Amino acid sequence: MPINFDSALGIHPDALRVRSQRAELLASNLSNADTPGYKARDIDFKSALKMANSGDMGAMKVSHQNHMQPLQSLSNQPHVQYRGTIQDSLDGNSVDEQIEQAAFMENSIQYQASVEFLGGKFNGLLKAIKGE
Amino acid sequence: MSLFNIFNIASSGMSAQSVRLNITASNLANADSVGSSQNDVYRARQPVFATVMQEAQNGMPLGSVQVKAVVETQTNGREEYKPNHPMADDKGYVYHSNVDPMSEMANMISASRSYQNNVEVANTSKQLLLATLRLGK
Repeated sequence: MPINFDSALGIHPDALRVRSQRAELLASNLSNADTPGYKARDIDFKSALKMANSGDMGAMKVSHQNHMQPLQSLSNQPHVQYRGTIQDSLDGNSVDEQIEQAAFMENSIQYQASVEFLGGKFNGLLKAIKGE
Repeated sequence: MSLFNIFNIASSGMSAQSVRLNITASNLANADSVGSSQNDVYRARQPVFATVMQEAQNGMPLGSVQVKAVVETQTNGREEYKPNHPMADDKGYVYHSNVDPMSEMANMISASRSYQNNVEVANTSKQLLLATLRLGK
């Protein structure tokens, strides 16, 4: 039986990628916590993971050769949404540092969990290869 | 590896906040400066932050932060009648700077908290990257 990495590793590589994208977004929220007019953004992890795992990343389908090809840059980014505010501020900034900090920590723990899962998968594969 | 971007973003936040801290320090140090007219006395300065949008390879709308400008506040400071002061003008008035020490202290605390937030983000990202490097060991 040939080892297919895609099926052996399951959802975890995609989860890792989406987690790191989310970490980037949350980091840019936190560094713009004092910028007037900046709106906090986040991605919906569930739908982003679904898109990443299904491979098509929500790309537009082309059913005829004369149809316009969808732009690559539009089709492979997860849906970024603005975060609702609890308290509005006068300068139009919608970053709540506590919420962002908590989300960043949560995301980093989940990232580490994904790394652990992935490590376990690799260890399992290694055992199978060595035949121990 | 998109986690490396976080270092750029967090460091832009740190440098912007340290500019803000520098300006606050300069304002506080000059809180008691006087001059002989409203024009030559120190005026409080404030940084203006702006987002720098950068598109990463994966199309995520990421923004680091920069200090776009440093502006002088335009309000006039208090004037005081002190005819014996060496800086007094011909009517006997000295002009104080318009620095409000209370709001500068609040500004300083806010800047240092935001700086710490950015340090925390960079630290956590470092740990995540190291965990990824150790993957499968």
